[in-house]
Amino acid sequence: MNGLALLAAGAPLLFAAGLAIGRLPARRAARDGTDPGTPVERATFRTLHTASVAAPPLRAGLTPDAARKAVRGLRPLFGTAALGLTAEDRLLAWEGPGRHHAEAALERVRQVLDTGRAQTFAVACADPDCPVRWGAAAPLTVDRRVPGALVVLGAGEPGSGARATEEVARWVSVQLELADLDRTRTGLIEAEVRALRAQISPHFVYNSLAAIASFVRTDPERARELLLEFADFARYSFRRHGAFTTLAEELRAVEQFLELVRARFGPRLEVTLRIAPEVLPVAVPFLCLQPLVENAVKHGLEESAGRGRITITARDEGATARIVVEDDGVGVEPDRLRRILRGEDGPTAGIGLRNVDERLRQVYGDEHGLVIETGVGAGTKVTLRVPKYRPGVHTAPPDTAPPDSEPPDTEVPGVTEPGDGGLRRLDR
Amino acid sequence: MNQTYGIVAVSAAVLVTLVIGSVGLRVSRTTSDFYVASRTVPPYLNAMAVSGEYLSAASFLGIAGLVAAEGVEMLWFPVGYAAGYLVLLAFVAAPLRRSGAYTLPDFADSRLGSTAARRVAGVLVVGVGWLYLLPQLQGAGLTLGLVTGAPHWLGGVLVAVVVTLAVAAGGMRGITFVQAFQYCLKLTALLVPAVFLLLAWHGDPRPARAMEEPPTFRRHTQVTVDSTVRLRIEAPLRAVASGAVDGRAYHGGPLVLDPGVHEIRAGTTLRFPPGTPVPERAPGDGRPGGAAGWAAPLSGGEEEHPLYATYGLICATFLGTMGLPHVLVRFYTNPDGRAARRTTVIVLALVGGFYLLPPLYGLLGRLYAPDLLLTGDTDAAVLVLPERLLGGTAGDLLGALIAAGACAAFLSTASGLTLSVAGVLSQDVLPALGVRRFRLATLPAVAVPGTVSVAAGQLPVASAVGLAFAVAASAFCPLLVLGIWWRGLTPPGAIAGLLAGGGGALTAVTLTIAGPPAGGWARSLLAWPAVWSVPLGFLTMILVSLATRHRVPPGTEAAMARLHLPERPAGRDLPSTRRGVTTP
Repeated sequence: MNGLALLAAGAPLLFAAGLAIGRLPARRAARDGTDPGTPVERATFRTLHTASVAAPPLRAGLTPDAARKAVRGLRPLFGTAALGLTAEDRLLAWEGPGRHHAEAALERVRQVLDTGRAQTFAVACADPDCPVRWGAAAPLTVDRRVPGALVVLGAGEPGSGARATEEVARWVSVQLELADLDRTRTGLIEAEVRALRAQISPHFVYNSLAAIASFVRTDPERARELLLEFADFARYSFRRHGAFTTLAEELRAVEQFLELVRARFGPRLEVTLRIAPEVLPVAVPFLCLQPLVENAVKHGLEESAGRGRITITARDEGATARIVVEDDGVGVEPDRLRRILRGEDGPTAGIGLRNVDERLRQVYGDEHGLVIETGVGAGTKVTLRVPKYRPGVHTAPPDTAPPDSEPPDTEVPGVTEPGDGGLRRLDR
Repeated sequence: MNQTYGIVAVSAAVLVTLVIGSVGLRVSRTTSDFYVASRTVPPYLNAMAVSGEYLSAASFLGIAGLVAAEGVEMLWFPVGYAAGYLVLLAFVAAPLRRSGAYTLPDFADSRLGSTAARRVAGVLVVGVGWLYLLPQLQGAGLTLGLVTGAPHWLGGVLVAVVVTLAVAAGGMRGITFVQAFQYCLKLTALLVPAVFLLLAWHGDPRPARAMEEPPTFRRHTQVTVDSTVRLRIEAPLRAVASGAVDGRAYHGGPLVLDPGVHEIRAGTTLRFPPGTPVPERAPGDGRPGGAAGWAAPLSGGEEEHPLYATYGLICATFLGTMGLPHVLVRFYTNPDGRAARRTTVIVLALVGGFYLLPPLYGLLGRLYAPDLLLTGDTDAAVLVLPERLLGGTAGDLLGALIAAGACAAFLSTASGLTLSVAGVLSQDVLPALGVRRFRLATLPAVAVPGTVSVAAGQLPVASAVGLAFAVAASAFCPLLVLGIWWRGLTPPGAIAGLLAGGGGALTAVTLTIAGPPAGGWARSLLAWPAVWSVPLGFLTMILVSLATRHRVPPGTEAAMARLHLPERPAGRDLPSTRRGVTTP
């Protein structure tokens, strides 16, 4: 009976172990390359295979870890020889006997680095057991720079060893160049993301300041509040850390934005919010909502004379949050909208919409792009669905920006009332 | 039980739930004030929602039934169900929230960066969800059967269909207000009748006799046996029988049973005079039951190894709460780790308070509804008590209230579980289903436990939940605790541990439900797997991780920092500034 219980418990384990054991020999058989063929073919296959096994680690660049793995993979190409890789004249990895010759070899490497030419040299050794008789050092060249060298120490006569060293060094150089390319590509993507970050629109800055100016004489208190809203909003939009924020933070930015818009349009603008509190902690791309609201204001108010209504809805949908921004304004022609989203309608038109759409697609995949329902005179409804969890998406903590992006909160003379904790705690 | 009141109460509970879920919330949350709109769920409300989703049919009906049938030993169930949150609070709550994960597979993914680990965790979540849905559907069948007189399986199937439709149609989303309301309903439904029952008990001219004694029928009692039972009788017993007893047919004639084991055929009706000791159900294999020591520890009912079973229960419930999929998703609603911790503390209080009530019902059930011990329907004790003790309209009304509470219990837990299981099924297990996959996934999410509940028949509700806890503890306790507190965890280690611990427990539990071995240690080991499967899970995870040390995921340091550092420096609570002009 005990046995039965153990059997039941062990069954999944046994299964997993069996699977692993079963796959191991299969993999080994594939690696040994026991296919039939002429000896030359077999030698070629073996060499190519050795090279391809050593390639992946080198794609990480010239690091000690990568060098160690690569050297271990490449050594079979040289038979009994010892193999080393250096970055500049530092030894990164050494595989094989004759470690005590490393210093002498490094001396040669320095010369190789200076001249950029490969060298072959004889090695004399006092130790009778030491098999090393000759050595070769070849430069690794990446983009005309020489970041390091390959060192080979061998027994017997140098013979083809020197030639092989040069060839392998050239092959390693190619891998390192690929690594460089990889890095460049990653950098490019990051730069693209940075460039895609929403920018505060110049029109908005101008309009807001003009509206605030109109209050300075008639209602200085209101003007002061609006200026503070403007400062807060600017701080939020200019912050440089973290590509994501929470929906709650994003709503706060929208609020500041709408306060400034109201200064211009007064009671013509009506806003309705229907936010499920469950989705407030969801991480969303930084400034993904404000451009949509800005767009709604533009279509709902700026292009018509009457009142405009904007509705912002956020709903919990299990593993995703659905956010909808709706206005009852003039709407857009669907064809024109399509062109805007494809970026074919001039550089300035609807830049906010396209920007948000591209960022959403980049982070969450194509199925999470904006869904826009609109027609001429029928208003516009923009829907975005944000997954609650996506690997790599983490909200940056609010208000912990590096000092250089902190606004001079408490240093503005004459604004801070003593004891009220700065500008953040205002009346109302 | 008065069926009209019962049906009205159950329908009202369902309706109010749906109404709050759709219309009421829309009205109450519509605002033009950003300050109102961007208020996150406060911890107390979230805690009520967690409790509302957590207190299932097992808590509402099952615990009282087990206590009535098997004695104070079963008090470990409520203790464990509540204490699980203590472990959750100490080790998991805040870091899990900080990880940003919404489900358990999300956590495996974010901590280990491995799709394979994610898949394995997903499969185990589905297993735990199905196991947990099983007793919910059975509780539903029991309640609806008592209220409407329908056969048990019909109620389960009906609730399965309702939950599937509601979840697939988009209703019953994890709306905090609805779940919080469910908690209030459940608490009221047990608390108010409890007050009346206590008063009635107090005013009873024949107060409770010693607990040690076998309970006796207090008045003329008629019992109809639904399925064939074997009774063990200590002293000669007189009754009036119609049906078949020991293979002989009776038609309303007197019956005298000598000491020994007797078989009562299904459908037989027995009438007992007052003062008769309640005959005891003999286990299938004729072993002596343990009911003699009802009030003594380790009385353990039918368990052969009561001490082992107790440890199994403690292991499963203490460590299993953190692995319940429908509870964990609610923690995402907290704005940060600190709020998650506060929520857990309040949940401890709310759940702990609630669990004071079911044992009371169990005790009263043993005194006033002893015929349930005979038929084996002890899970119904809570539902029939008001009628037995109070009678009349008051009894009917209170009974209806309890029925409504039970209805809330299995509806809320079942819909929460269905949502979680369907979500994981559609996202991690069957990703090929396409865009509309969530709705499709709802079907297997409910159909599988529904079928099993019809096929498996009678399984004590609270024990079945214990099995779900055992699997959750064996699979996810090692993953969460090691994932949060140990840098050395590797994806192969996590997968091996999940398979060994969770897979082992799942196998044991499946064998137990399918038909356990007759007795001995094998039966106990399979019925209470947590004692060996949780250490097995931990050990496998640690050893395999140590063996594959080079596979420690590269982002581990950053992930650990995110899990353990507070979101913002101490003393810099975000001031909820209310500023600016709102819509005039």
